[in-house]
Amino acid sequence: MRPFKYTEVTDPAVATRSVAANAQAKYLAGGTNLVDLMREYIATPNELVDIKPLGLSQISPTSNGVSIGALARNSDTANHPLIRKEYPLLSMAILAGASPQLRNMATNGGNLMQRTRCPYFYDIALPCNKREKGSGCSAVEGLNRTHAILGHSADCVATDPGDMANALYALDAVVKVRGLDGKERSIPVNEFHRLPGDSPEKDNVLVHGELITGIDIPKNKFAARSYYLKVRDRASYAFALIAVACAIEMDGDRVKQARIVLGGVAHKPWRSTEAEKIVVGKKADKGTFEAAATAALAGAKPLSHNAYKIDLSKRAIVVALERALAG
Amino acid sequence: MTKYIGKEMSRVDGFAKVTGKAKYAAEFKVPNLAYGFIATSSIARGTIRSIDTTEASKAAGVIKVYTHENFPVPKPATATPANDTSYKALHSNKIIFNQQPIAFVVAETFEQARYAARLIKATYNEEKPTTDFLGLIDKAFVPNPERAARPRGNPEQALAAAPVKIEGTYTIAIDHHNPMEPHGAIAFWEGNKLTIFDKTQGVFMVRQHLATTFGIPPTDVQVISPFVGGAFGSSLRPNYYPALIAAASKDIKRPVKFVYTRTQMYTGNGYRPQSWQKVSLGAETNGKLTSIIHEGINNSPFAQVYTDNMTGLPRVLYACPNADTKQKIISTDLPQPAPVRAPGAVTGMFALECAMDELAYALKMDPLELRVVNFSNVNPDNNRPYSSKALIECYRLGAEKFGWSKRKHEPGSMREGKTLVGWGVASGLWNAAQLQASAKVVLRADGTAHVSSGTTDIGPGTYTAMTAIAAEYLGIQAEKVKFELGDTKYPPAPIQGGSFTTASVGSAIYGAAQNIKKKLMDLANKADDSIFKTAKPEDLELFNGTLRYQKETAKSVSVSDLMRKNSTAEIEDTFQASPGAERQNYATGAHGVQFAEVKIDPDLRTIKVTRVIEVSACGKIMNPKTSHSQEIGGIVWGIGMALQEATEIDHRYGRMMNPNLQHYHVPVNADILDVETFFIEEDDKIVNPLGVKGMGELGMVGVPAAIANAVFHATGKRVRDLPITIEKLL
Repeated sequence: MRPFKYTEVTDPAVATRSVAANAQAKYLAGGTNLVDLMREYIATPNELVDIKPLGLSQISPTSNGVSIGALARNSDTANHPLIRKEYPLLSMAILAGASPQLRNMATNGGNLMQRTRCPYFYDIALPCNKREKGSGCSAVEGLNRTHAILGHSADCVATDPGDMANALYALDAVVKVRGLDGKERSIPVNEFHRLPGDSPEKDNVLVHGELITGIDIPKNKFAARSYYLKVRDRASYAFALIAVACAIEMDGDRVKQARIVLGGVAHKPWRSTEAEKIVVGKKADKGTFEAAATAALAGAKPLSHNAYKIDLSKRAIVVALERALAG
Repeated sequence: MTKYIGKEMSRVDGFAKVTGKAKYAAEFKVPNLAYGFIATSSIARGTIRSIDTTEASKAAGVIKVYTHENFPVPKPATATPANDTSYKALHSNKIIFNQQPIAFVVAETFEQARYAARLIKATYNEEKPTTDFLGLIDKAFVPNPERAARPRGNPEQALAAAPVKIEGTYTIAIDHHNPMEPHGAIAFWEGNKLTIFDKTQGVFMVRQHLATTFGIPPTDVQVISPFVGGAFGSSLRPNYYPALIAAASKDIKRPVKFVYTRTQMYTGNGYRPQSWQKVSLGAETNGKLTSIIHEGINNSPFAQVYTDNMTGLPRVLYACPNADTKQKIISTDLPQPAPVRAPGAVTGMFALECAMDELAYALKMDPLELRVVNFSNVNPDNNRPYSSKALIECYRLGAEKFGWSKRKHEPGSMREGKTLVGWGVASGLWNAAQLQASAKVVLRADGTAHVSSGTTDIGPGTYTAMTAIAAEYLGIQAEKVKFELGDTKYPPAPIQGGSFTTASVGSAIYGAAQNIKKKLMDLANKADDSIFKTAKPEDLELFNGTLRYQKETAKSVSVSDLMRKNSTAEIEDTFQASPGAERQNYATGAHGVQFAEVKIDPDLRTIKVTRVIEVSACGKIMNPKTSHSQEIGGIVWGIGMALQEATEIDHRYGRMMNPNLQHYHVPVNADILDVETFFIEEDDKIVNPLGVKGMGELGMVGVPAAIANAVFHATGKRVRDLPITIEKLL
């Protein structure tokens, strides 16, 4: 990797100031993705600001839900009694990701910041607009079995690789960010990641130097009926071909509220409000779920090797909703 | 009664391995070490137009940067053999595969070398690469027609006349070995003598390679490889890096160490080539095979011939009077393939055993019964009887353990709730080879022994098996035996591959122990009152520190006393074992069967291999503990090959796109559910005096076919293309 300067910070103000001052500086938290990217010369920061000493590892109830620190570990978050009881979808999603060793290192803020696993992004010998703006997309006509079917552009067909974020989208989480001016801003997680458009190098809406400090999840009535389904090429330690984070709140035999988020299909977790609208007010049965699945994939545009994802997504949505309903 | 052979024994090197005391090639401490790292090409075919190392040379810690322009190509005393077409790094500006080494950076630390390698800039005269194997099937050719197998009987005619016939085309993706330990080496010179610690399956092979390369006597090269963290065929040839680092070491006059990254291993050590096979079977209505026609094709580099012999073993498994096999290659701009666990056999048997399943359905016959009907106790090519072949017994035991009789024949007819259940079966076979090998045994008067052979232990438990054999036939405790391997200072032994080490090296140790027994008898007989005066060596045995009659065991003398009495501190013997002449009259082989159960989600089509029962007949089982481990490992490999493993090539670039363990999937623990292995022991002294056959390869041979057949049974969908990923079942 490229030689770099390394500092640890204990003060968030110093942290943001340090990174903001250097366009080639990056925050280091768990390092489970960044260090790999540095080894492969995909990320080449000349300065790492290690934010682990900042703390920010709380998982605490608030009047309106729960506040999760950006630096709380994935494993601690997934296994926290409050999360398991009130937000089991988040727990399931985190535990579906990576491996125990990685989850022990990875932080919640870092998880939101992880980059695509598109193989062309990982190979610096080949063009990739996300890695090198304007160099071209190798995947759009290349090996794209695992790539996007929704929201992609001619410039990028990569997918967001995360599991945790899919659940956060379903749970209307809010990302707390410390700005360069020291003020905190709140970004609804659904607006945190972006679609590639003509700037796939930007995964999210953060400005260089902004620091994620935490994630708030509001109270909800989904705990009894939510499910995280991950379909992948092996039983563990594989990214999702298709993931579904879904949650249902019932009113008698009718659906009162629903959340349907697809992972592995787009440059960001793909929440389908169209599918949710179809379910709300209806009887929770297979016919309703199939209609929702059809709606969720209505705009899907497959690439040369991933048409199967449309069919598989529909099947996964139905199965996930059935399992959520079963509780 | 044996003390060690056939008994459970924990690995004698287990403690050293789990505590980190076992030293692997790149872990040896060598003073004044420099670290090398390769920079690789971004094209698959063409020439290097320019290469700029200015920035890399100036980077911190860099000692020297080598390219084809300044690499000190070794000048051997004699010309390189004409048949040596192996790839040699930095010899020219020619690029023949993607991610080929274009420069070698040597620096004070690994990190400095790796960083500097990124700073090298190359331009190319790029030519369009050819790697799209499946698009080139019509370009396949028989590489050595004069050596091609000849048909037996008249297979075309028999096929045409067969009342029942099937034909299938089977394809398998490229698979990589992916051993845990990345390949690496440390080389240094003392005058004109070269020492290299290398991860290899054959120290004598690497020695010969380096001696030839540098034009020095083999005795001036020492190759050391005491522990190997898995190899599976990836170190069966010398690879390009030993010569590369030895040349650099000679040039900078410092020891040089080199270790591949995981990504570099994908183009550095070969892989199981991509394959296309067509199998036609003809049978009578009673299931008796009348014709087998099997064509196999694999990719090979333009400059070389690499044949993955996938038709050789399948053509002799079943009793069938008419058979023809064709083995072809297609030239592509990919690096040279290599043997990968059960090379050829697992590929060929995937095709044959899926075809047999298809035939069973065409015949409306139980797939296991079809195999029983076609059992052959002779090699159908030459009618020689098998020295032993307990395959029917394997079928019987496996069926019983698996509960095969409860199988419903119709595809899709077995369910567990909504889940689809499928049961499949396939046979496996492998050679029971023995190669010439030697070992030295030193028995000391204090009751300890030192045993050595220049073999390697890539993980199957060779240290343990050889220790047990020595202890058994020297009549001492295993704890008193020190066995060493992996060094050219020990007596020559072949590469470890092809599952022939125990048969070959074990026979050498056995032979040496027999000679030592005779020497002890002669020593005893120096005394006038010796109880062995009229004995023949074969009447005697060494047991519990005594030399005694096998039958009248009370008639014994203490070996220690005997040696001390004669002022003999140690008795040694170096024995070279060769395959016995009697083998020529027989066919030999190891056989087995695998039964697989899959459960498939009816909606999502995800596959779980919930149960595998494997029964193997591979002669005498020396150590059940490590033997079961071998077979379990083979099953895991088979599951990976069937469902997950595939190296993906982007044909626009001729480049491997998933050369790492996040994108290339091998099974994880959660993929491996119930796995049970059994042995049917065969008493076969014809294969070798120990009665052992290979098992490391055998354990995986039938697994992919058994799983594919189970998938068909569960779903009614015949997938003839591995790996069976989810989209193939949607």
